Amino acid sequence: MPRPAGEIILTNMINQPEPKAEILARRDTIVAAFRGMLPPEAVIAEPIRLRPYETDGLSAYRQPPLAVVLPETTEQVAAVMRYCHAEGIRVVPRGAGTSLSGGALPMADAVVVGLMKMNRILDIDYADRCATVQAGVTNIGITDAVQGRGFFYAPDPSSQLACMIGGNVNMNSGGAHCLKYGVTANNLLGLKIVTAEGDVLNIGGRHLDAAGYDWLGLLTGSEGQLAVITEVTVRILRSPEGARAMLAAFRSNEIAGACVDSIISSGIIPVALEFMDRPAIHACEDFAHAGYPLDAEAMLIIEVEGSSEEQDALLARIRAICEQHDPISMKVSQSAEESLAIWKGRKGAFGAIGRISPDYLCMDGVIPTSRLPEVLRRIGEMGDVYGLKVANIFHAGDGNLHPLIMFDANDPESFRKAEQFGADILKLCVEMGGCLTGEHGVGVEKRDLMPVQFKAEELEQQRRIKTAFDPDWLLNPNKVFPLAASSERSARTH
Amino acid sequence: MSDLLAPTDEDAIAAAIRRAGTAREPLAVGGNGTKSAMLRPVQAARSLSTGNLTGITLYSPKELIISARAGTPLSEIEATLNEQGQHVIAEPPDPGGPQTIGGVVATNLSGPRRVAWGAMRDHLLGLRAVNGHGQVIHSGGRVLKNVTGLDLCKLLAGSHGTLAVITEVTLKVLPAPEAVGTLVLPGLDAADGVSSLSAALGSPYSVSAAAWLPADATDRIPMLSAFHGPVALVRIEEFAPSVAYRMRKLRDELGGRGEILDDAASRSVWHAIRDREPLVPMTDEAVWRVSVRPSAGAQVLRSVGDACGARGYLDWGGGLVSLAGPATAAAHEAVQMAARDAGGSWMLMQGSETLRVAVDVIPPEPEPLARITQRVKAAFDPHGILNPGRLYASL
Repeated sequence: MPRPAGEIILTNMINQPEPKAEILARRDTIVAAFRGMLPPEAVIAEPIRLRPYETDGLSAYRQPPLAVVLPETTEQVAAVMRYCHAEGIRVVPRGAGTSLSGGALPMADAVVVGLMKMNRILDIDYADRCATVQAGVTNIGITDAVQGRGFFYAPDPSSQLACMIGGNVNMNSGGAHCLKYGVTANNLLGLKIVTAEGDVLNIGGRHLDAAGYDWLGLLTGSEGQLAVITEVTVRILRSPEGARAMLAAFRSNEIAGACVDSIISSGIIPVALEFMDRPAIHACEDFAHAGYPLDAEAMLIIEVEGSSEEQDALLARIRAICEQHDPISMKVSQSAEESLAIWKGRKGAFGAIGRISPDYLCMDGVIPTSRLPEVLRRIGEMGDVYGLKVANIFHAGDGNLHPLIMFDANDPESFRKAEQFGADILKLCVEMGGCLTGEHGVGVEKRDLMPVQFKAEELEQQRRIKTAFDPDWLLNPNKVFPLAASSERSARTH
Repeated sequence: MSDLLAPTDEDAIAAAIRRAGTAREPLAVGGNGTKSAMLRPVQAARSLSTGNLTGITLYSPKELIISARAGTPLSEIEATLNEQGQHVIAEPPDPGGPQTIGGVVATNLSGPRRVAWGAMRDHLLGLRAVNGHGQVIHSGGRVLKNVTGLDLCKLLAGSHGTLAVITEVTLKVLPAPEAVGTLVLPGLDAADGVSSLSAALGSPYSVSAAAWLPADATDRIPMLSAFHGPVALVRIEEFAPSVAYRMRKLRDELGGRGEILDDAASRSVWHAIRDREPLVPMTDEAVWRVSVRPSAGAQVLRSVGDACGARGYLDWGGGLVSLAGPATAAAHEAVQMAARDAGGSWMLMQGSETLRVAVDVIPPEPEPLARITQRVKAAFDPHGILNPGRLYASL
């Protein structure tokens, strides 16, 4: 038997479910079948052309798929899904491939259904404040389409230039401004989905709170486990009159944390409230020259919205609160340009870390905000034990912590330590009353940590829901749930 | 009258469900029963209430979270939040009885603020519940962001006790606004009213509610009766100087007319709208809640009115149509048709038992989705003992 192309490159450091030998053996037949139902350029099977699809934003893990299909319509997606259902072929949905948790990592015997060609904006309805777009439209593409009329789409993940709305829905993406505007789930009205069995369904619409089970809410954040999403109806909001940021630097993480508490307790909900620790401040300043205070142990970026008088009033109140926490320095932006400069360092954080370390893992735990100083201290201690540097960026208003662990991927020992360090941080988050992931998803990265957060019967309840949508466990089966149980479930159905 | 089980702890709830499962005996699940007139009646020899599962278990104002056992009265939660200047974001309606927080979450009923700030389900951060196996499961947690695993919070919110019995919830809360103001635009019919509401909601001023009331409803609300006719209402909730500024800007941008209600009058008017006071159904009438795209709300109101004489008003910028009319199959059909034509959803909120068992109380699902629904129901409640028939006759 010829060696299937999907098996040629084996660099994956993550365990995968056992590929189905009968599927690998029938690769050519399967590819021919896809060619029969899709335009010629929409089927990719040549090993060299599969390479771009072998990984995503979690690039430490790689595995080329059996094939890639790039449908242009929901009907084509449905045809692919019906065929895969009939033939028992695993499916990995993919948007832009920006997942930081390995949500789009293929399997050797899986077909990747890439939604990137479904990139049309279908309808913009200003009277009802919503837009219907195909799943492959980028996050920023929605705002670009409506900002001429003064509207925007609120969730703003750091990858918003590249990431696609279908992926945002599957991961329930957040961003720096969700303290005020909520995450993806809070900004959706409707979906068009294709089920594992190939049925096309409309969920929700342009109205709020449809009666019946909240499929919209369940599908959001389901990480490709339940269906393939092909169209999304999002709420669009009118932009505020203006927004302005300020920066406040403090002598310790504890003091900055106390300042966050004081701001929230005052009744002010800033539109963004970001926290950076000393290593993050230094890395970002070296990279972006944003004027960050290098003598500080911790720094807050605080943004408010409204008319310029309203901004002045809110910033004055926040300044007064900061004054009570012995700040090293404060800088209130006087213009949109200065606000941009303040944000520039924060938004460039990943690039900045990339410059000082060959590789890094970006973690995504959530903690009760009151535990921040303690958690940062323990992360620092763990870093010393592992001998790895870590910088912390934190959506302080909502407790979402992003430790960036620096390592060298060419050194397997360094990578192993970084993975272990990351797992320890996430366990700490759960121990503190938090959770494993606030906005990046479980993916492959955190699937084996799920028992830290969930009891066996809770995981089993979630698996039964997956089974209700995907009886044969063909949809993205290497993700979210601990591998041993998923493999057993997959095996049982065939 | 059926036997009432009202345990005081979660273990006893779980034990009761396990016993019912073994015996294959259905349970009518509820809190204090304030919403039992909604949807289909449940045929069960026993009722299981979470009404005695009471108490706030965690309140951390600085972290914007509150946790409470399911049977805790909403009024107790609101009073506790009020002491710290905070509130329940979705502004749930008061049905006129001691409703529990579990019931509010299980029905996902939200008030006027929903249009801007989200529904009950949007602020449900975590829950504990007992499934039909009698197992305690938790989902979410006590932090503001959480995408770990499938979101059972969203699925159980609004599931009306048909999948699991919610025993404890954690909600995100927010600082209550310092001040409230309302712009009243008198004399607009429903269609023009909705256009104004749409312009207001599409303005940069963070409108927190937008409703339209017909003349008979306006007459019934003391703070509005002087207007003698239909009104469109737009609310701002902010710090006091911002309320004043934004009210002025909105009035300018909506044609320079309209009256501004002060803080006290605003709070009273929006309480009335929240609690469906503009609608005064006669005792034998039915009440419906139709959710459509806002620009279709006026049409739904007109076509249902023309077909069966039902009366109603609009909230959520036109997207929520509350209707009262004859409790007949013909009237119900008119409501369904209007909602369907507008691509929206409906729910029978109140009606005679005859009507409630005879009709689809919420939209039936297309066959492939209904199949998934059956399987998800079985995934939680394999013996079908939790509120059977509450949502769909066959579930």
